[in-house]
Amino acid sequence: MSVEPLVDRLKGGLDAPICLTWELTYACNLACVHCLSSSGRRDPRELTTAQAKRVLDELRELQVFYVNIGGGEPMVRRDFFEIIEHAVAPPSGAGRIGVKFSTNGYFIDADTARRLAALDYLDIQISLDGADSTTNDRVRGAASFDTALRAMDHLTAAGFGPFKISVVATRHNVPQLDRFKALADGYGAQLRLTRLRPSGRAVDTWDDLHPTQGQQREIYRWLMEHGENVLTGDSFFHLNALGDPLPGLNMCGAGRVVCLVDPIGDVYACPFVIHDQFLAGNVNDPGGFTAVWKKSALFLSLREPQSAGACASCGAFDACQGGCMAAKFFTGLPLDGPDPECVTADGDTTTASPVAVTMRPRPAQDHTKPSRTPVLT
Amino acid sequence: MSTDLSPDLLNRPLELDPQVSVRPEPFGALAYHHGNRRLVFLKHPDLVTIAHSLAEHPSLAAALMANGIEPSRWPSFASAFRSLQQSEVVRER
Repeated sequence: MSVEPLVDRLKGGLDAPICLTWELTYACNLACVHCLSSSGRRDPRELTTAQAKRVLDELRELQVFYVNIGGGEPMVRRDFFEIIEHAVAPPSGAGRIGVKFSTNGYFIDADTARRLAALDYLDIQISLDGADSTTNDRVRGAASFDTALRAMDHLTAAGFGPFKISVVATRHNVPQLDRFKALADGYGAQLRLTRLRPSGRAVDTWDDLHPTQGQQREIYRWLMEHGENVLTGDSFFHLNALGDPLPGLNMCGAGRVVCLVDPIGDVYACPFVIHDQFLAGNVNDPGGFTAVWKKSALFLSLREPQSAGACASCGAFDACQGGCMAAKFFTGLPLDGPDPECVTADGDTTTASPVAVTMRPRPAQDHTKPSRTPVLT
Repeated sequence: MSTDLSPDLLNRPLELDPQVSVRPEPFGALAYHHGNRRLVFLKHPDLVTIAHSLAEHPSLAAALMANGIEPSRWPSFASAFRSLQQSEVVRER
């Protein structure tokens, strides 16, 4: 049996997600200009500790392999350790759920680093969007570069092992890919490079931040050169139109093999589509997360064969799958047409979506702190 | 842990890597390695049964025999487990 029919099986959906993203809170000490969840203020409807544990018990029952915990800044929650320990070190007899969590590092001091290092099946992704403070802090806020490096120093000193440095590729940091790799290597860490989506606050900053056509090609060449040594979360499959496929499943997993649980328990198709059109249900609905995953009309429809639409006549469609649903949606493009960063000659959209920013869909949730409106200079 | 990809894998004592979770699926199973983050397909239910029983037997061949797998199919199992060893789903013990 070859690989293709199995990937087709995944496109048709699984009885349980392979993994899912769980944003634990909308609260955050930073206000990154490209925040995918428009985080800042805590939502009063945030899941309680008991509700969060119940969700984990359900995921355990479903044999979900791991959860990607994020936010907001997940370590803001006082029950952060209680929640992750319930996943990776459950009461005896219960299966474990792996945890990878993304953090800006603000709450990782020497003690916390030692506590994290003592946990198995836990992986940490420190977010960094520039290889120097000037590039990084412009996007992530003042002092955020130094904060992230201090956290990495603590993790290293605590013997955490190979944590991840997680970079979102932007127009300003694509020239720094080699420097990011060197930084990661210097820490004995692994570099993770993922694609910017026009989601959350990036709805407004996308046109300024997303990589140029030339940089798209540079990212592809660079990733091909580094193979499986650089993680990508399978996020660059739109670049496969340029040649041989990048490592990974190379398909959109939204509602098929992955999904998002937001801080108030709402279940969306993926972390990049916090919008009513992609809302499948809530973990507190009757039947819980399991019923949402197995029965929601939205998820069932995403598991149907998808129309190639305007891409049907393009020879690259099998390779790129038409790109990312979220990228199309939040730039106001049809879902069955080319990705806003389509790299084929026909789809040269160079910099901006043809749809004016004011005409594009807005995210369903905005927890941006009013007093700290991010400014991109 | 040995990374030696032995040609006579049938005679080796194997086990599932403790960092691996295996989940049954209609086509066989999915295996996920928490360390290297690889997702691997186990493409036949028999492969899953054998993988789970490896640690109870002195060798892959003994596991195959105990599970009633016809010797004519052993070479294809040896090849499948060699590939699973390469992706660190199983290891020598």
